Amino acid sequence: MSPPVAPPGWSRWLVPPAALSVHLSIGQAYAWSVFKPPLESALGLSGTQSALPFQLGIVMLGLSAAFGGTLVERNGPRWAMTVALICFSSGFLLSSLGAATEQYWLIVFGYGFVGGIGLGIGYISPVSTLIKWFPDRPGMATGIAIMGFGGGALIASPWSAQMLESFGSDSSGIALAFLVHGLSYAVFMTLGVLLVRVPRSEDRKGTESGPSVLEGPQVSARGAVRTPQFWCLWVVLCMNVTAGIGILEKAAPMITDFFKDTSTPVSVSAAAGFVALLSAANMAGRIGWSSTSDLIGRKNIYRLYLGAGAVMYLLIALVGDSSKPLFILCALVILSFYGGGFATIPAYLKDLFGTYQVGAIHGRLLTAWSTAGVLGPLIVNWIADRQEEAGKDGSSLYTMSLFIMIGLLAVGFVANELVRPVHARHHIPAPREAADVGTQQQPESA
Amino acid sequence: MSEHSSSQSPPDRRPLIAFAWLWVGAPLVYGVYELVQKATQLFTK
Repeated sequence: MSPPVAPPGWSRWLVPPAALSVHLSIGQAYAWSVFKPPLESALGLSGTQSALPFQLGIVMLGLSAAFGGTLVERNGPRWAMTVALICFSSGFLLSSLGAATEQYWLIVFGYGFVGGIGLGIGYISPVSTLIKWFPDRPGMATGIAIMGFGGGALIASPWSAQMLESFGSDSSGIALAFLVHGLSYAVFMTLGVLLVRVPRSEDRKGTESGPSVLEGPQVSARGAVRTPQFWCLWVVLCMNVTAGIGILEKAAPMITDFFKDTSTPVSVSAAAGFVALLSAANMAGRIGWSSTSDLIGRKNIYRLYLGAGAVMYLLIALVGDSSKPLFILCALVILSFYGGGFATIPAYLKDLFGTYQVGAIHGRLLTAWSTAGVLGPLIVNWIADRQEEAGKDGSSLYTMSLFIMIGLLAVGFVANELVRPVHARHHIPAPREAADVGTQQQPESA
Repeated sequence: MSEHSSSQSPPDRRPLIAFAWLWVGAPLVYGVYELVQKATQLFTK
């Protein structure tokens, strides 16, 4: 499939909604927990079993982004969005069949394996294209799209819950809910498939206010993974995400434990409100901090995420239980840095490796996310359990985890400091021609 | 802009841009509204 080249006069402001239609859909993955209790009661599953579709989905996200990135670069964003649409929607349709026939393995296979491929390909599908359309503001452009991934859960969580309430929480109700999800997301994502275009060569030579997209070094995906810069950024992303997940994973019990012996204990519903507020900070950080990186530079913004993030953790560890507003404020800042770290990384990659195969390089870097997804919860949960066994309670349950997070952020900070421009031996020989690969076709009709 | 495109005025994309942003904006507003409703529990309950 040829990448769809924009006709003359095509607006670059049509590309972010195309990207959002995909990211808002696949972001549903983070709302999987809505289906867990009904599945457990309808199919007699344990909590661990009902989490399997989500876990497999996240594993497949990492694998398909890492291994499918080059295909996405070669075939273009429309191909990638089509694959994402087919896989993500088919995953729901297979799950619907699985729920209707009470074959749980089909839900795991459908949502986790097939849908997970849609997650990975969909996640990286618009990144390279957005950067090419917005060479002057790559952080803002990718921030919009990646904010959508956070926003997807905000939409799906109440929507899915209302659907289950209407259709019922038995297997036929769940099957119907999966069916409606699959069909609705297929329609919603179609906008992205129809609207996405890669810029023509003329459009990519620079905008009114921005530099040419072809400026700077160009490095292939294969070449990038051989550079120390790639692995420094891998560590940066992994540490930043691990630290964020550390809070996110235990947010509700953490705020409850921190203030349970105070004059203002936190109720269950207030803790749920705190978790919702963290989601908002996560989403706002994606667009806000990523856009700020266009102004102050990528290295500086990661200094902020990692350095100020460590200070926030230190404040929580030392004085968090003495002031609820301070605890909440620090947690919100940490979560905004967590979201910002995700959203800024494509622009950082573009700065270092150029736009040639930035989507594929981003896909490979997302393995850091998969690693952090295991590391973060493991550290916090394991340590909290051990501390509880040792007879500790309240905020002291988390003190050691918080100091470990500070250490991880310090490691990430050092890795960020080690990032230098990529050595010329890694550059591809003819950057202009390479960057133009696949975009020399005739423009599509409007 | 190329010579070809400057001789023909391109179609007005503003309605399409508005539609596209509304398409993705409407569900996002719904999600944010639900989120705000939930987040206020932190301060009221």
